[in-house]
Amino acid sequence: MQEIINIFVKSIFVDNMIFAFFLGMCSYLAVSKTVKTSMGLGIAVVFVLLITVPLNYLIDNFLLKEGALAWISPKLASIDLSYLSFIVFIAVIAAMVQLVEMFIEKTSPVLYAQLGIFLPLIAVNCAILGASLFMQEREYNNIGEVIGFSLGSGLGWLLAIVGIAAIREKLRYSQIPAPLRGLGITFIITGLMAIAFMSFLGIKL
Amino acid sequence: MAGINFKLIKNPLSKENPITVQVLGICSALAVTAKLQPAFVMALSVIVVVVFSNLIISLIRNTIPPRIRIIVQLVIVSLLVILVDQILKAFVYDVSKQLSVFVGLIITNCIVMGRLEAFAMNNKPFDSLLDGIGNGIGYAVILVTLGIIRELFGSGTLWGYNVIPQSFYDMGYQDNSLMIMPPMALILVGIIIWIQRARNKDLCEK
Repeated sequence: MQEIINIFVKSIFVDNMIFAFFLGMCSYLAVSKTVKTSMGLGIAVVFVLLITVPLNYLIDNFLLKEGALAWISPKLASIDLSYLSFIVFIAVIAAMVQLVEMFIEKTSPVLYAQLGIFLPLIAVNCAILGASLFMQEREYNNIGEVIGFSLGSGLGWLLAIVGIAAIREKLRYSQIPAPLRGLGITFIITGLMAIAFMSFLGIKL
Repeated sequence: MAGINFKLIKNPLSKENPITVQVLGICSALAVTAKLQPAFVMALSVIVVVVFSNLIISLIRNTIPPRIRIIVQLVIVSLLVILVDQILKAFVYDVSKQLSVFVGLIITNCIVMGRLEAFAMNNKPFDSLLDGIGNGIGYAVILVTLGIIRELFGSGTLWGYNVIPQSFYDMGYQDNSLMIMPPMALILVGIIIWIQRARNKDLCEK
């Protein structure tokens, strides 16, 4: 249990998707103009991460890894399908995003109206595929750790995008040199935020 | 074929640079540029993927049903990325280890998807090929520039070779280790955008 909490906290602050790995930068830059929309996108990302990463973990462990097929029959134990993981992961993500979208539309029209436009975009958000690939690379021990990791990364991403959106709302009233306006200053501020987040380095619970 | 349309190659290098102007493919651009070698390998891989996916999609653009085009594009891009990944693992294993997940992330690299959607879906194969080359090189230029700056000031080397003479260190010069940390990549891209827009006023935002 302690290990799970450790991974959870670490993936929010230390291994933050945006500040440490720059994943999901495209939508981070495009959708961070107001706090409200960025909150919507952030929640959608948390949601999709929480579903796809554990699912991909199961697929990776029971279908793709070397020897993973042994549970069907011992003869299949020598098969290694891990080269297929990119294509399987992206297919799972695209399919799950579609399913989640339909499910939310049926069950919670209010949430759907808020997330609606963002959900399809998420399929090609690097943070989602990145989290699945990190999960594969870091070789977590059990599904609990994977869930902690995916929830933490999602919340870290949410924190980053809401933070930058709040700053950008204020920035609109500042005197910024014309060539730096918009994209340039957003990059530099993200850099400064990343330096602030570096102070969490080395935290261990 | 009425000759090569050079605009398709030239524009993405400056006026329509995929990173600084179209804001595509930032994700991978920053993470792999702490050293020159991985940045260069990454740039090369993206060029290969973007060129061939542009070409393939453009060849079959009239047969793809519009409703499922995204998934068709994703499958073709993933296949190309798997090929690139396997080749990297076979020939430059060390670099492929350093790039870790970022090779896989070429699949969701917005440059690839963005160019497929914006260009290859409604242009001829040869033009799409050129567009792919142009955008790939535009991306590579920024990546290699960042790689050179960060490795030179961050570790005093280029491509792993020492370039800053020992006498500098004896005089008290020190490597700026912030350069190889993630935040500096963001700030450097901000500065590159600043310089580019200061020289080309048309690109400024209101």
